[in-house]
Amino acid sequence: MKRYLIPLLVFLVLVGFLAVGLNLKPREIPSPLVGKPAPAFSLPTLAAPDQSLSTQDLRGKVWVLNVWASWCVACREEHALMVEMAKLKVVPIYGLNYKDKRDDALAWLNQFGNPYATSLSDTEGLVGIDYGVYGVPETFVIDKAGVIRHKIIGPVTPATVRDVLLPLVAKLNS
Amino acid sequence: MAEIMRMALGTGLGLVMLAAAGLAAHAKDALPMSADPALEARVMAVAEELRCLVCQNETIAASQADLAVDLRKQIRIKLQQGQSEVQILDFMVARYGEFVRYRPALNAGTVLLWVGPFALLAVAGVVLMMNIRQRRWLGAAPPPLNEAERQRLNALLGEADTAGASRP
Repeated sequence: MKRYLIPLLVFLVLVGFLAVGLNLKPREIPSPLVGKPAPAFSLPTLAAPDQSLSTQDLRGKVWVLNVWASWCVACREEHALMVEMAKLKVVPIYGLNYKDKRDDALAWLNQFGNPYATSLSDTEGLVGIDYGVYGVPETFVIDKAGVIRHKIIGPVTPATVRDVLLPLVAKLNS
Repeated sequence: MAEIMRMALGTGLGLVMLAAAGLAAHAKDALPMSADPALEARVMAVAEELRCLVCQNETIAASQADLAVDLRKQIRIKLQQGQSEVQILDFMVARYGEFVRYRPALNAGTVLLWVGPFALLAVAGVVLMMNIRQRRWLGAAPPPLNEAERQRLNALLGEADTAGASRP
């Protein structure tokens, strides 16, 4: 009986490691930017390229930065949720239109609705690099002091909006 | 016959076209991004140190993902601006985290990664030594048989022999 005890224990340890490993999400790499000041930018708006918006203009309010592109299939998946969230009017959502063509982006917003307070054109993807963007869509929550408080990689789900985004926004606003 | 000839010609032509297309595609991939080969070598050396986060088993140097292309461009610009390799690696780590290093740095978070395999090897070595020692002890020469034991051994062997012989 004792003979089988050690292999059994080894097996159980292995099962434990594999169970944890299966539930990890290797695509989601924790961002070193969470808890750090949001990288400053000043970008032309999508609607009016001659106007620009900078991080400085957004100081003093809690805001959400949603990185999106018309070529991004997963963005389409989460977009309805962004529209829903914008209707709640609890937090302004700013879009970072990442490596997109202006015409495509405008047509996309026309077709699927525009949840964004303003969308900014990051045609070269340089602001994306500053924010460590590697998988569009990505969503950041930024507080009144301009510090990144949370990052979501990939499309947001109704559960993340309900359990993470909205409670966090409420906490940061209080 | 003419039909076959035409088919062969068609296939041959198709192959030539494919090869040409392949060459063209290759030429595009290999398009030098800057005229300076020394700079390009430095760009690639830095890119070799960085992981592409889109296709995580590839370096920025090897990957054709859009992000990898953009990051190579960033490396090139920063080198042209006179930044050092270390500064550029720090820039990437600040944005994408430690994971972006293809060779993880040795620190508290990665010590298990670096030392783990050697620790496992050491444990395996100790277990092996213990096993060998035990086996040697078990395998020590047994004491010689006494007369009664030898007779019993012979009887057993003899019995086995006759049993074997009587089998049809």
